[in-house]
Amino acid sequence: MMRSHDKPPSPETSGADDAGSPGRRSFLKGGIAGGAAATASALAPLATVAQGPQTPVATPAAVAGPAYAWLSQDEAGFIEAVVDHMVPADALSPKGTDLGINIYIDRALAGGWGKGERLYLQGPWKQGTPSQGYQLPLVPADLYRAGIAAVNVHCVKTWGKRFDKISAAQREECLLGMQGGKIAFEAGPPARVFFTTLYQNVMEGMFADPIHGGNRNKAGWKLIGFPGAIAVHHQNVEKFRGKKYSVEPVGIADMS
Amino acid sequence: MATKLKEVDVVIVGLGWTGGILAKELSAAGLKVVALERGSMRTTESDFAVPNIRDELRYVVRHDLMQNTARDTLTVRNNIAQEALPMRRLGSFLPGETVGGSGVHWSGHTWRWTDMDLKIRSFYEERYGKNHIPADMTIQDWGISYAELEPYYDKFEYVAAVSGKAGNLRGQLQAGGNPFEAARARDYPLPPLTPVLANEMFKGAAQNLGYHPFPRPSANASRAYTNPDGSSFGACQYCGHCQRFGCEANAKGSPHMTVIPIAMRNPNFELRTNMWVTKIVKDGSGKRVTGVNYTNVLTGEEFEQPATMVMLTAYALNNVHLMLLSGIGQPYDPVSQTGVIGKNYCYQTGAAATLFFEGHHFNPFMNAGGSSSTMDDFNVNVDFDRGKAGFVGGYIVGAGFNTALPIGYRPVPSGTPAWGSAWKAATAKWYDTAMQISMSGGVMANRNNYFDLDPTYRNAFGQPLMRMTFDYQANEHRIGQHAAQIINTIAKSMNPTRLNPAVARTQPWTVVPYQSTHNTGGSIMGTHPKESAVNKYLQSWDCHNLFVVGANVFPHNAAYNPTGPVGALAYWTADAIKNRYLKNPGPLVQA
Repeated sequence: MMRSHDKPPSPETSGADDAGSPGRRSFLKGGIAGGAAATASALAPLATVAQGPQTPVATPAAVAGPAYAWLSQDEAGFIEAVVDHMVPADALSPKGTDLGINIYIDRALAGGWGKGERLYLQGPWKQGTPSQGYQLPLVPADLYRAGIAAVNVHCVKTWGKRFDKISAAQREECLLGMQGGKIAFEAGPPARVFFTTLYQNVMEGMFADPIHGGNRNKAGWKLIGFPGAIAVHHQNVEKFRGKKYSVEPVGIADMS
Repeated sequence: MATKLKEVDVVIVGLGWTGGILAKELSAAGLKVVALERGSMRTTESDFAVPNIRDELRYVVRHDLMQNTARDTLTVRNNIAQEALPMRRLGSFLPGETVGGSGVHWSGHTWRWTDMDLKIRSFYEERYGKNHIPADMTIQDWGISYAELEPYYDKFEYVAAVSGKAGNLRGQLQAGGNPFEAARARDYPLPPLTPVLANEMFKGAAQNLGYHPFPRPSANASRAYTNPDGSSFGACQYCGHCQRFGCEANAKGSPHMTVIPIAMRNPNFELRTNMWVTKIVKDGSGKRVTGVNYTNVLTGEEFEQPATMVMLTAYALNNVHLMLLSGIGQPYDPVSQTGVIGKNYCYQTGAAATLFFEGHHFNPFMNAGGSSSTMDDFNVNVDFDRGKAGFVGGYIVGAGFNTALPIGYRPVPSGTPAWGSAWKAATAKWYDTAMQISMSGGVMANRNNYFDLDPTYRNAFGQPLMRMTFDYQANEHRIGQHAAQIINTIAKSMNPTRLNPAVARTQPWTVVPYQSTHNTGGSIMGTHPKESAVNKYLQSWDCHNLFVVGANVFPHNAAYNPTGPVGALAYWTADAIKNRYLKNPGPLVQA
């Protein structure tokens, strides 16, 4: 187990419910303007923050950074850290937030999919076998809310800081632990179930058509040479058999 | 209280390929036909137009054309000792839910199942002895022959614009076709699709090893075509968006642009969309059905539609569900092995290798649904020795691409990290330079794989969900092992830079990830009411004016895709009704 039991759980670190604690959320909302700013600021460890003044701080009028429809500021900080860790800036592509993967995820959670569209939501709720698939009583948006809170509890216990404040090596260890089922959240959904959804959504945000908020400038498609929405290849199938087909990718919005 | 409507001659439940074929044929025969479709209307012009149809997230990932599991789903378990739980979202299989049904989003692979499958028990007992078939393997002959179905296969292939190359014309083997296929009266209506590089590389390698690859027959029009009914097809554009999409070019043979619009032009036919059939109604004797009950899902209003005949033509799973909900026939009990409704649920099995070739360009985004070079050497080849192989059935092996879009298809060599710069570099390098060789294997009926009604969970109409009890058996594992070894031998002979070898499945069946929308059985056809739900004309043994048409009548599942015999059986049933049943309504086969 990677969890540290040195500290007794504080109200802020004891589990999923705390993400919904109105006091802390309103504090963070007022105190830290915008996910990008939150990432850049030297935010004090969570315990210190929680003991700090509860008076909301006025939000600056002009704020750099993205606006979110569903994610709270601390949730956005987690998502931004995850997508920039999974999709780092390098010679091949800009980083995840510059591709808008965080925006894709936020919109997905704010929309029908995030709210459980097409999900059978009747109980009784039982864990089931791995063969039986997703069985949690949580729609995706709630899975994220509980999952992010649980990851941050784990990170604070293990490394003393939330996910968006730990080092790249610690983030890597945390994500691998979730992926491999080595991390068990003390409270909240199974880490692996949350990770599976998160990872799938990161890939969607990188490779789905840009109309959904991610894959900005079609950078995900450019990375692999996917030509996008134009696909009239009756002649090309022979002409380009075995040959490289290079075109500027086209999205749905480009043709609308 | 349900509003009772005026009686019609025929009510059709579900308007995909089978419902569409029957709607067209029976309305043309002068019958008053009403079709009830629980999904909405979809047309090529308004729903499948470019650019919006080119949306992998909407159609592939979020299942825009598929059954909505919030409203109705199944419960699933691997065996009777487990408690079944609801499949809370789609995964392993994707039933369609619009006008046109799964015939809109299929890939078009169209096969003729031969007597090796239609007379499966006889074939194996004669050739390998009774002991070759395990005691719990409940395979049985279908009660119909290839010779009887041949004209109907032909009819369906010409309606659906199947592109392919005959391998056996009236007993004469044809170069370039499938030498193992059963004799056909004439060639496919259209020549094969243009091969892609992966097809050609596989073909060369398979031929070098002595196998017999051929272009997979598919309802993707290789050039513009007008079918015998006058339906117009555009030429396939190899757009790479086939499986799970509607076709913007009208190049994929689909009921919504062939049989259904023809029925809709006939004043005898009426389509009611967004109507959910909850029950087939029986009369007091239990020997006839009198119509159906349904709910308008837009208003919640309930109706009773009386009809002289009922055609149950929904997706295979939903046909069985409606029979169980309506008390048609005796439910199957796996312990006593009595009853028939729910019996012999089958699925398919698969395995694949990924081959990485530095410097090659496969253009995985440029393909038809049927861009596959395939071989039948381990399937309908009667000389393939199943005694030595130790299984019943077989598998097809093929290579090519079908809807290899970037959210779902990003091959990387085993051991590549799942994220980070190294993952990005590998993804960029191999997307265009990899191909796959895959197999599809049959699943034999087993006494423990079946459907019944779930005791706990209910759908949006307050009715019990159907419960699926299914797992792969030793026979499927042996097929998988055999196929993986053959795939890997072919793959290695192609000398790829890197190879992710095929691995035979050993784990239980799971509801994720996607595997195959080839669910078969549950209300099977046969020669005797003790062993089957419907006779060879797909007529209920219990209620002679109920016909149940779909892959639910298959007594087992072969390696092939099911739509060829599904379409052929729909035409066969239409003829039986028109030519025999209408003249003398009653059982077409005496039990």
